[in-house]
Amino acid sequence: MNDMTPTREQREAQLQGMGCKRKRVEDIRFTQGKGNYVDDIKLPGMLYGDFVRSSHAHARIKGIDASKALALPGVIAVLTAEELKGLNLAWMPTLAGDMQMVLADGKVLFQNQEVAFVVAEDRYTAADAIELVEVEYEELPVLVDPWKAMAPDAPVLREDIKDKTEGAHGRREHYNHIFKWQVGDRPGTDEAFARADVTIKETFYYHRTHPCPLETCAALASFDKVKGELTLWGTFQAPHVVRTVASLLSKIPESKIHVIAPDIGGGFGNKVGVYPGYVCAIVASIVTGRPVKWVEDRMENLSTTSFARDYHMTTELAATKDGRITAMRVHVLADHGAFDACADPSKWPAGFMNICTGSYDIPVAHLTVDGVYTNKAPGGVAYRCSFRVTEAVYAIERAIEVLAQKLGMDSVDLRMKNFIRREQFPYQSALGWEYDSGDYYMAMQKALDAVGYKELRAEQARKREAFKRGETRELMGIGVSFFTEIVGAGPSKNCDILGVAMFDSCEIRVHPTGSAIARMGTKTQGQGHETTYAQIIATEIGIPADDIMVEEGNTDTAPYGLGTYGSRSTPVAGAAIAMAARKIKAKAQMIAAYLLEVHEDDLEWDVDRFQVKGLPEKFKTMKDIAWVAYNAPPPGMEPGLEAVSYYDPPNMTYPFGAYICVMDIDVDTGVAKTRRFYALDDCGTRINPMIIEGQVHGGLTEAFAVAMGQEIDYDEAGNVKGASFMDFFLPTAVETPYWETDYTVTPSPHHPIGAKGVGESPHVGGVPCFSNAVNDAFAFLGSTHIQMPHDPWRIWKAAERLGLHQ
Amino acid sequence: MSTIEQVPVTVTVNGKKYQRFVDPRMLLIHFIREELNLTGAHIGCDTSHCGACTVEMNGMSVKSCTMFAVQADGASITTIEGMAAPDGTLHALQEGFRMMHGLQCGYCTPGMIMRAHVLLKENPDPTEEEIRSGIAGNLCRCTGYQNIVKAIQYAAAKLNGRTVQEAAE
Repeated sequence: MNDMTPTREQREAQLQGMGCKRKRVEDIRFTQGKGNYVDDIKLPGMLYGDFVRSSHAHARIKGIDASKALALPGVIAVLTAEELKGLNLAWMPTLAGDMQMVLADGKVLFQNQEVAFVVAEDRYTAADAIELVEVEYEELPVLVDPWKAMAPDAPVLREDIKDKTEGAHGRREHYNHIFKWQVGDRPGTDEAFARADVTIKETFYYHRTHPCPLETCAALASFDKVKGELTLWGTFQAPHVVRTVASLLSKIPESKIHVIAPDIGGGFGNKVGVYPGYVCAIVASIVTGRPVKWVEDRMENLSTTSFARDYHMTTELAATKDGRITAMRVHVLADHGAFDACADPSKWPAGFMNICTGSYDIPVAHLTVDGVYTNKAPGGVAYRCSFRVTEAVYAIERAIEVLAQKLGMDSVDLRMKNFIRREQFPYQSALGWEYDSGDYYMAMQKALDAVGYKELRAEQARKREAFKRGETRELMGIGVSFFTEIVGAGPSKNCDILGVAMFDSCEIRVHPTGSAIARMGTKTQGQGHETTYAQIIATEIGIPADDIMVEEGNTDTAPYGLGTYGSRSTPVAGAAIAMAARKIKAKAQMIAAYLLEVHEDDLEWDVDRFQVKGLPEKFKTMKDIAWVAYNAPPPGMEPGLEAVSYYDPPNMTYPFGAYICVMDIDVDTGVAKTRRFYALDDCGTRINPMIIEGQVHGGLTEAFAVAMGQEIDYDEAGNVKGASFMDFFLPTAVETPYWETDYTVTPSPHHPIGAKGVGESPHVGGVPCFSNAVNDAFAFLGSTHIQMPHDPWRIWKAAERLGLHQ
Repeated sequence: MSTIEQVPVTVTVNGKKYQRFVDPRMLLIHFIREELNLTGAHIGCDTSHCGACTVEMNGMSVKSCTMFAVQADGASITTIEGMAAPDGTLHALQEGFRMMHGLQCGYCTPGMIMRAHVLLKENPDPTEEEIRSGIAGNLCRCTGYQNIVKAIQYAAAKLNGRTVQEAAE
């Protein structure tokens, strides 16, 4: 060896593999304005589509007159449900087993519902034309309050299914009822409650909000009549699922549909579903023979394409008088809007709401969820969370606080007393999940030490005394949350979307000169897959990450996968990467053994090479092996060095974390200032600490938004209030708190690299932490629960109710 | 295929002069994106809140969705595409955003960098608070702003000839 031979450490550093803060590959194009989002794509002869939308929340359509619009120069076509019926596309199936109108068929069921689709030469003309389409409505009684949905005299919303007593998820008890979903041991739970020393019951309303990525939803459809092929670009978090659905709906063979998700400007759950705009763009392209682009504006985005939450959660805990939780009972009234378009795995009508026992060893529990229709937009997407986990964690983490208050205990002590202990993993929860790994006590303790929890409580006590003496008008709130996520959907035994099992995939091709391409079934929307996936491969097969290209979003080249949402990319696709890489490594080992004339078992892997055990100077690097694999493979071996893996995970992964927030609230203005926010996350093996930190910052900021003001609300007439950035709260850099991040590492025992996923944890844990801080500020006055969102007006009203303004 | 009479517009964008005939109602953002094919600036809202369309016009930050193209007649405009040096060297802000992980989905990034560019011209060495208030007209849904602040600090340090912090976290 000469002096120029790189050391092992240098070789390792050169790989930029797992664990390093590799700078993002994506940023090269994004910082230069060279991203390629759907609206950036221009095709020759391209037309623009725009929707005529309903001004009413519930009305019968007496007639649609498009003649004036069609007379406007530049208008090519106006589609209504009548035109779509000819193609059997007036309605489309939802992911939740319901049917949804593509264009209003006979009536409208929510404000801003799609009524007609205008196609024109440019977007300005399309906007002019929608004003010229005349729609005659006959107003119908509007149902906004979900608690009144199942009243005997409630208006009939869904005439198409009003007499159906069976839905996609079992029996329907009323024409506005969608499903009843029950999990757990009802008699056992009732018995535990009857015996309990202490019980609490509180209804937590997790309000309706919206994921609101900065780029709205969009699609560009181009149908080639000669070839019979459809190319569809769109904001798709799950491009393969879109292709399958497009094929089922259009009857075009799946092989002739090319779905491409280019760069996506944030998703957060908004871009999982299939929306009328996509279908109309496709139909319009087929009808006109020209490419048709549809891009929604912000108001359309907030008021039509998906909402999140809207769960009324009546939550009960039973406990012994010394604070051992003995049972949990939850009933959810779920407001699904006009169609059940929930984006959950198909067998899970309320997602993974049954993770609501949280991080605690609760011996028995029972959960019931009733889904109902109202005159609101459809949706029910997982906004930066894994299928209703945010709702579940909010319910248990608020309930813990209410119970602690009743017991006169510090809520941290109550949590510590009831945590699932390290030695209990794998842990079977009362509502049916097997938690993979965790060390909750250590994480909680680390968080308490980091913030100086005892001193914070002492300061709070002093401030409360000062408040009582009238020396200050400010209250201090300390919010604690401890969450367990359930991500990585999911095992095919219980997770599918429309019958497609929720595996994910990776194909790796190592080229003869030693660089590689990896193609994935997932689709990044800002998570940095092109950077982190390459790091996994680099560590697994010893090719520098910079020499590995990661490609996603083209269904022609990528192996079939279920896409990116529910923090499933690392747990499922990340595992597929490792498994594909290991197939390559196994073949490489055979080639190295042949070249070095030793038995495979006499070789050991060292960073980027196989070397003979005990003789490190005898080695073949992966780069050497790649050339040989193509050009001079061992006799009898197929040439090439590539592999595909479809990974069906054996279990979900269960990231967890401990968050603590300190707030100062002015009771006279209702303004709550976050003084400090500390977040400890355990996502198992950490692939890129820089990106993890970024994900945590972003998730916490979205949690801050949701907890402190962001909502989609309706008035009594079903008018959507606040569906623009005039009202919908998106924090700016000024309001957004400073985030302190920390971590522990508890690898997942069943995942090939031990990684659990992190993108959604901060949102899931952050919302209850903020809400607990606000509630904690007022708890000493006897207040048990103040509903979110905690905007200054609502906080002021809470202070008013508590008599603080007298 | 508008029936409205087209009017001439002359602008200099990233040092290059363009002349076009446009509808008087055409927004500047559509002019830049669709007439000039510079798609770096984006559209994120309809109410001038998000700042994804921010460009620099005559040395000031403007939200190009809030102006008509005709209002820019005679103006000199810089977009994200004009930030790197002709030899491809990235501007300190472009480098800072990458080094400090100041972006994720990339949709707000061009507007954010263009805004920061004017901010640093007006205030070459801003405090964290000044940066936060200086970019309050630009929304980001991914980063929580913390690393955007660091990215702008990185650029400020570099432009002021100071040694810069190595990396995020």
